[in-house]
Amino acid sequence: MKSILFIEDESALQKTFGEKLSQEGYEHISALDGEIGLELAKTKKPDLILLDLILPKIHGLEVLKKIKEDEEIKNIPVIVLTNLEGIEEIEKAMELGATTYLVKANYSLEELAEKVKKALSE
Amino acid sequence: MTFKEILAQLNIFAQCKKYHIPLWQCPQFLFMLMGLVIIATVITTYLITALYITNPQIVILIIFGLTTILFVITFIINRSFERLAEANRMKSEFVSVVSHQLRAPLTNLKWTIELLSSGKKVGKQSEYLKIIKENNKRMEELINDLLLVSRIEQGTILLNKEKVNMKDLIEKLILRFKTFADVLNIKITFEARENLPMVFVDPKQIELAIENLLDNAVRYIKPSKRNLRPGDKRKEKVEIKLSKTDKNIYFEIKDFGVGIPEQDQKYIFQRFFRSKNIMKYQTQGTGLGLYIAKGIIEKLGGKIGFKSEEEKGSTFWFTIPLISR
Repeated sequence: MKSILFIEDESALQKTFGEKLSQEGYEHISALDGEIGLELAKTKKPDLILLDLILPKIHGLEVLKKIKEDEEIKNIPVIVLTNLEGIEEIEKAMELGATTYLVKANYSLEELAEKVKKALSE
Repeated sequence: MTFKEILAQLNIFAQCKKYHIPLWQCPQFLFMLMGLVIIATVITTYLITALYITNPQIVILIIFGLTTILFVITFIINRSFERLAEANRMKSEFVSVVSHQLRAPLTNLKWTIELLSSGKKVGKQSEYLKIIKENNKRMEELINDLLLVSRIEQGTILLNKEKVNMKDLIEKLILRFKTFADVLNIKITFEARENLPMVFVDPKQIELAIENLLDNAVRYIKPSKRNLRPGDKRKEKVEIKLSKTDKNIYFEIKDFGVGIPEQDQKYIFQRFFRSKNIMKYQTQGTGLGLYIAKGIIEKLGGKIGFKSEEEKGSTFWFTIPLISR
């Protein structure tokens, strides 16, 4: 079973998207802040990371930077999943090595599941 | 540009009204004023030069005086442009903050509804309905806050004033916060001087102002104290005091939370401003609470202020005049 780490501080989103991931047959690992997220990325080594940007404790971009600096986990694909739509954030995230940048509000759970499937198959 | 549009452009008063700024801060008006001063300067210089041709010092002195006036007007124009640029910046910031803050509950609603209507088996339905209810409330509150911000800015905030007993009002509010405070293991204490006179205010608005202050005091508790269990003796405190001075009712709320860093203190009442240290603990929030509280208190004829130290806590206070205007 492929595992997906979802770093997101909104517990409601963890619940809904987590449920969708389970329905699709993935293992859902939830992290409610940047610090725990980074820790779980290192210990659980998931197959894919979904990362929000505005996070308690460590900002998402900082988490992404640290993931990409770590030899052991730098090859895990990271999808930035946020509601921020600033050019600056998008450029920075892509520059740091994000696989793709998605705005949460623009996608349905079904479409996101497709994106996850695609990222895992690449 | 049609003739009608040119005429509309020339109507300086209408143009300035559009910006919601006083005439003396409006670039269109100031440019016209500067034009008139330049014309007056040229004519005066010509007349004076003709009259005092034999005494160049007086001519130089008068020209110097007129040039100074022009310089001052240019300076004011510059300032008014800066203000407009600032207003423009705030507007784009507004769009960005609002869209982000609205999108969060919208995404919650969208995904929850999608999940419930997918026909697939999900966990407890009641939990998903709770998400819908909470996020609906979140959106409603944000929209109400935004409407209020717009009214505060335009000076059109509606006040339904009546005689209010502040002590009763605060006691009711504390009761409403009890569950929230209990979860965080915070004890809210309230001390009111006896026989305080009633004040003539809008109870809903004053309640909203106090609610915003109380919410901040409870919410921004130190993270180290956050995980105390209910019943733990090490309770965190929020102290509210109500007293009276010669002309005012004086309200004070003191917390021992994360405090406001010194460099952020001057921006704390600006709309959408959120201090860097609280962003670390609380990612949700619009940065409108204190702006709204200040707008309401000032509209009621009172004053609002605070003192704060990072890692030690904050004390916010406000006054309400005993005989309200």
